Parts: sequence; structure tokens; C-alpha cells
Amino acid sequence: MAAREDILTAIRDRGPAPRELPHVPDFRQGPDDLISLFTAALARLDGQAVTQPPADLQRWLAETFPGASRICSAVPEVAGTLPPFSGWAAPADVDVTVVRTPLGVAETGSILLTENELAVTTAAVLAQHLVVLLDPADLTENIHGAYQHPAFQKAAYAVLLSGPSGSADIGGTTVHPAQGVTTLTVILSPRTTPGTGEL
Amino acid sequence: MRVGLMIPCYIDMFYPQVGVATVELLEKLGVEVDYPFDQTCCGQPMANSGAYMEAKETEELFVRNFAGYEHIVAPSGSCVHHIRNKFTAADDTPERRRVSARIWDLPEFLHDVLKAGEFPWAEFPHEVALHVSCSAIRGLYEQSMSERPNDLWFSKQRSLLEKVKGISIAEFDRPDECCGFGGTFSVTEEAVSAAMGNDKLGRIGATGARYIVSSDMSCLMHLQGCAHRDREDFHFLHLAQVLNGDAT
Amino acid sequence: MKPVDQARNALAFLEDDTHEHAFDKLIWGLREQRDAAAREVGEWEELRTLASQIKEHTLSNLAHYLELFEARATRNGAQVHWARDAHEHNQIVYDILSAHGAQRLVKSKSMLTEECEMRPFLERRGIQVTETDLGERIQQLDDQPPSHIVGPGWQKTTRDVAELFGRVYGSDPERADPVYLAHVMREHTRPLILQADAGMTGANFAVAQTGAVVTVTNEGNADLSGNVPKLRICSVGIEKIIPGPAELAVFIRLLTRSATGERITQYTSHFAAPREGGTMHIVLVDNGRTQRLADERFWPSLKCIRCGACMNTCPVYRRSGGLSYGATYMGPIGLITMPAADARRYRELPFASTINGSCTNVCPVQINIHEQIYQWREVMDANGEFSATKKAAMKLAGNLLSHPRAYRAAAEAGGAALRVLPHFAIYNRLNAWGRHRDIPSPAKETFHQWYARNRGGAHPAEEPAGEATAGTEDADHGRA
Repeated sequence: MAAREDILTAIRDRGPAPRELPHVPDFRQGPDDLISLFTAALARLDGQAVTQPPADLQRWLAETFPGASRICSAVPEVAGTLPPFSGWAAPADVDVTVVRTPLGVAETGSILLTENELAVTTAAVLAQHLVVLLDPADLTENIHGAYQHPAFQKAAYAVLLSGPSGSADIGGTTVHPAQGVTTLTVILSPRTTPGTGEL
Repeated sequence: MRVGLMIPCYIDMFYPQVGVATVELLEKLGVEVDYPFDQTCCGQPMANSGAYMEAKETEELFVRNFAGYEHIVAPSGSCVHHIRNKFTAADDTPERRRVSARIWDLPEFLHDVLKAGEFPWAEFPHEVALHVSCSAIRGLYEQSMSERPNDLWFSKQRSLLEKVKGISIAEFDRPDECCGFGGTFSVTEEAVSAAMGNDKLGRIGATGARYIVSSDMSCLMHLQGCAHRDREDFHFLHLAQVLNGDAT
Repeated sequence: MKPVDQARNALAFLEDDTHEHAFDKLIWGLREQRDAAAREVGEWEELRTLASQIKEHTLSNLAHYLELFEARATRNGAQVHWARDAHEHNQIVYDILSAHGAQRLVKSKSMLTEECEMRPFLERRGIQVTETDLGERIQQLDDQPPSHIVGPGWQKTTRDVAELFGRVYGSDPERADPVYLAHVMREHTRPLILQADAGMTGANFAVAQTGAVVTVTNEGNADLSGNVPKLRICSVGIEKIIPGPAELAVFIRLLTRSATGERITQYTSHFAAPREGGTMHIVLVDNGRTQRLADERFWPSLKCIRCGACMNTCPVYRRSGGLSYGATYMGPIGLITMPAADARRYRELPFASTINGSCTNVCPVQINIHEQIYQWREVMDANGEFSATKKAAMKLAGNLLSHPRAYRAAAEAGGAALRVLPHFAIYNRLNAWGRHRDIPSPAKETFHQWYARNRGGAHPAEEPAGEATAGTEDADHGRA
């Protein structure tokens, strides 16, 4: 560990004099309509919000993704067509993954996913289409509020997903998909049962 | 009120009419102007190149020339920015600090100290593009900057210019992007410098304005050099010349 | 290594109108989008101040936070390594890969691994390295370093990319359509990701309280690289540490808005522990950072969060192209960080700026970039990096401008004015000013002469206008 000691010693011996850590306010303004803000922010990165939850989610999936035969569901509202994943690359063959998020962020149109929602977290990035259920009660106003969520203290992996995978690396034009999911749809849907399912 | 007038070296040699306009304008506004004859330069050409040792004596000469004045005025944002904010090649003395604290760019002096409300002798029935230099914007805060879009918008230079009878001010794209002069940059990176100047002229030219006004003659010297090569139809004027009613 | 001649490289870029105009337009567009994003956040300037203060706090207590991060990451099940320099970093990564028998590595974009020149190091040792960021992959396929830290391939037009993919992948070289090209890349890269033995990410932030490595991507490729293979390696510059999630929020709000004008990227990912059945290694890298931290003038450059806003706003960068700097970090932030790494090689970089100050004012962590550029010029002089001609020119100018009589003599000798200005600065190429610009004509009467003639008072009378060409005695004004 000579390198460790060398680096830490160099910092202690020659680094700048200590400065204070400022307090970070939560910058809350308390807007009335978090759902509209969320929807608009999500649309900026080409994610879609469904504000009126479909009565029959199964049917909605069939209509929205007519070619999809391989559906993975981590929510009790809908049955999937696939058994649990056998490996971390397996979600690459999935057409649609359905999952519930514990947190939505109005400022940025983001939803949170961790290993609690998706035991095989690669499903959040390898599946073709990602459908996310969000209880409007789980919306928080901004990123400051979001980072108070316990997942950021506890989860092995946590992702704030704010749109389908995209890239503006060619000529500055944003295109989808890059390497990740092709579409992201967030359905504003109150929880029907407590707890979440697992893949 | 009596002021010590600093005339930058390039104005002295290439644009004496700008110095003359500055003197006449200040006199019309009731200011007694005193020009110390021993002045040469503020030292910026050397300091800006990194050559502090070579800038030292020039800066100290400036301090000796101007230490006695309550107000020092120069028609050059770039020089004033150097003297106010970057005058560190000279030894740190009370005189040096006093000079740095008492130097004003001409538009600041008109706007903040004299609070000049009108220029009844001036008339300029043309559309002009106002080029406010980077030194004046980001060094002297004579105008709010595009980088800080939440700040209240203001422009001391523009509010002075708007007081001139008959004038109209053109809006052009990227108004506070650097024109590419940059002191010695204009020769060490001459290709990029000229490209920046030509882009600036292109954006101004697109508005139809043919008069380019600035309170930094060094930017105009560069732009004029670019324009003469490609476009003959621009006219370049220092803000002092317009406010003094020199050109109509 | 020979010093990088940025000015000359920029000239070559400028002579190619297509690329220069496309690049300037694209990159300036990002600056405008950044302005719009900042405008809609009322507390924008307050966030910048907070971000700067948080970074200054963390950097001035860096040993504490590194130890905290290490302890927490270790508790989470990650293995933490320390590397003093690029070579140690590369060796550690290679040793980890070897220990796992890993031959195929996929990675997301990391400026740190660029800085360490890790890819060629591993490739020489038989490791297949695949960049998964689209722009970075483009540069990899064309064997070029990044031209921008956020969009590595932005110096290429869509047509360039179509030709490149046609050459490498056999796709339609005529089809300059970004959607098509992104699809081509996905088809070719996804199999490599799914088959990889190991994945690697950099870090936008490392959170001390939680041990999490945070990456910010549009493509989700850090998530793919970090989660699909069993073995995950994260390379983290030691300056990337921040205290906790509350502080992270400030940076997440600033970073993407500053970079592209979006509020956030599609994937903001937090890797705190190895995935089930996997292993996670974190390599903490110094590579000159502690040395910079010890410099009271330049340590604030370590606050940088790699948003690229200083490049986007820089009029010199946009007209020079990112490759002209010959450096891992280009544009304004490169001007103040590359010379710290190699003062000889990058001795010209601090001069590739008009010091217009725009960079400092867009910087989300308030690095005084343009002031540091100015200070680096002085350092280059003090280090003896000026050429003999430049040094002589500066001495001559300094001497002339500090002696009023000699100056007057030169200034008022008619055409001889050009010997003073702007000639004083023409030390590297004869008449560089005049290559693309006309030189101003000296006036017949200097202001000095006018003043003496019209307001001179007690001063001796001047020669009348137009007759002062030989008026060396005018220098006596200084003595009056």
C-alpha cells in the first residue's frame, strides 16, 4: 500500500487549508402540479408519460407493443410471458420490461430503479422497451428531494432514468436508441398492492 | 473636477482623433483634463504575454505618472482592466493601489461618476453596431454578460449611446463573443484571430449596420484590419467620437 | 516530446471551411442551450457558488474523504486500489483482468483512461478493448483521440462518420444519417457487450458517505459496461470525491445543463456495490493531482467536473478544433491543466486564448480559468519556456515603453510607429498580423503632439501636423 500512503501523505502535507462545507438548501418551491412538470421534463428526453392509467394494463401492452411476445413483468398488475432471468445478459432478448419505480422527479422527468425493483438490473438498459409504473404520490419536486431517498444510501445500484437511451455524438443530433432501451414509457398509476414484485 | 488622462499607445500613434474626442468630450462636460506627458503604456502588452519582469518598469512608470490624480480616465476598457485588476508586475505600493482604485474606463466615468445625462451636441443618424469589449464586460462589468442569463440586463455603454440624437442600435448575433484581438494573441494565433474577426464582421454585416462603435480601439483596430481585407464598407468609430459629435 | 504547435494545427483546421463552420455551429449551439437551461433555474448562480464551495471543501479535506470513501466502498464489497501515476493505474487494471482471465473488456467513456493512455497499454498485452460510448467508439475506430470531452467525435461531420463506418463495418458510406449510423453501431457493439469478460467505467463523481461511483451518460453504456459482465472496474481520479448525496444533487443539477443544456442525462447511475455474483474494483488515481493540489495558484482547477462548457463557449476552441491541442483535455480547461502535466510539451497552450473570460463565467464550479491561463503565461516565462526571440522582443518592448524619451522618438518618427506597435509582439513570424488583416496606418500627428500643440500650456510648442516625422526633439516633453 505504498501508493496509498504516498498519495494521502502528499495531500496532507501540501494540500490547501481546510474550507467550510456549505449547507445545501432543498430549493423547494412547492408547485401545484408535479405531474405536468414531470411529463414535460420526461418528454424533453423523448420519454413518454401516460397520465391516465389504462384500466387493463395487459391489454394496453398488447396494443402498444403489438409485436412484443417476450414480456417481463416485475409488477403484480400484469403477468409476464417469461420465466425469471437466468443471467445478466438475458434481458437482451426481452421485448418489454414492466417495473414499478419508488420515486419520480418532476424537475428532470426521472424515475429511480435499483436492484429492489429489478433483481437483474440490466433489464433497465438491455430490454427493447421499458414500461415503468409510477404512483403520483411518489413524485418529488426536484433533484435535491430525490437524493433524500434511502436508495442512495443503501442500494448496490441505483439509476435515475430520464429517457430512452440516446446519443448526440454524431453531428450533435440526438438519436435513439444508442446502446440502451429504445423507448421509455412511464404510466402514472397508483399502487394497487403494497410492495413490489421481483424479476 | 480634474482628471489625469491616459491615452493608450495605439491610440496615440494610430487613432489620435480618439484621444482628441475624449479630451473635447470631457471638457464639454466640465472636466479639466490633464495629460501627463511622460506616459507611454500600461504595461499590458508585456504582462499579457507572461513577461512580468519586462512589464514591471512600464507599470511603475505609469504609477509615477498618475499617482497624484483623484480620477484617472482612459478611453480603453482593456488598459483599464489591466490597471485596475492585473497591475501586479509593479511593486505593491500604496501608490500602485491608489492608481488601480482610481482608474476609470471612459464610459464608466461618464456613466458612474459624471452621471452624464445628455450629449446635446451629438447627432448620429445612422444604425450602429455596438461592440463592447470582453475587458469592459467581464473585467469591468460595464454590461451584463450572456454567460449569466439570470442577471438583470444592463449596459452602461449602450445607455450612453442611446442618448445620441438620431442613432439606432443594431442587434446582432453573439453580441458578446470575443472579436479575436486578444493582444499578442492577434499575432501568435493570427489565423484564429482573423477568423474570429471575420465572423464578428459577418454577424454585424448581416444586420445592415455599417458603423461599428466600441470603446476599445484595439478591438476596432483588429476588426478594421479584417474588414479592409474583405469588406471596404464598414466605418469604425470610438464611442468617444460619437458622444463628442465628431461624426454625423 | 516536441511542444504542441496549437496555432499551426488550428490553421490547418481553419483552412477546411466545412469542418470549421460545422464545428463552430454545433458547439456554439450547445452554449446557447446551456444559457437557456441556466435561465430557467432561478438559483443557478447560487448553485454554482455551492458547487465551488463543496469542491473546495472536499479538495481541502481530500485525505479524509478518500479514506471515508475507501472504507465505505470496502464495506460495500468493492476492492479499492491506489495508483500514483498512469502506469500504476494501467498495471493495476491489467493485473485485475489477468487475475480473472479476462480477455475482452468493454468500457464507457473515461477521460481518466484517456489521460493514462490505458487502451494501447492493454491492447499491447492482448486485451480486446471496446469503447461503448458512440463518440468514443468512433474515435477508437478512426484511431484518434477525443476532440471534445463530452462528444469525442464532434469534430467529425455525419458524412465523415458514414465514410468511417463504411470502411470499418461495411455499412453504406453514402448514408450520412445519424439514426442509421447509430443503429449500425448498436448492431456491432451490443454483441461485444454481451460477450465481454469485464466492464469498465470512469466516474463523474465518487460519493464518500456511500462509497458509490456515479456516472452520467446519455446512452446507458456505463450501465451496460458496469452491470453486464461479472467483473466491474471503475477508474476514479482522486479529485472526483464529494461528501454525500445532498452535495451530489448540486452537481447533477449543474453538470448536464452546463454540458448540453438538458436538465439531466438519460442515465444517472450509482454503483455502490458489486452486482450479485460479481466483483467490483475501484482504482483511485493521482497522476499529478496531488502535485497540482499543492500549488496555491492552480489547485482550483481540480474542481473541474468535465462538463465541457468552457470549451463550448471558447471562440478559440470552436475555431481551432479539439484535436489542435494535442491533449487529453482541450480548450480552456486544457490550457491550465495540460501544462501542469507537461510544461514543455504544452508550453504554447496558455497562449491559445484571448483571455476573454467567458470560460470562467460559464464554469459550473467557478474555476477562475482565464486568470489561471494568464498566470500560466508568467510561469512559462519564469520556467524559461519563451524562445530567445520572444524574450528579446519583450525586453525591447519593456525597455522602450518604460523610457518616455526613447518611446516618443520611436512613436513619432512617422512610419517608425510600426516598429513599436503592433510590431512589438511580432516575434514568432514576420508580419503575422498582416497575413489576414491590414496593418493600420500611423497618424500624421500623434495625440501627444496634438495635445502639446492645442493644450500644451507650459510645454514647448510642437511641430505642426504633418511635419513631425523627424521630430525626435519632441521626446523632450517628458522632461518639461
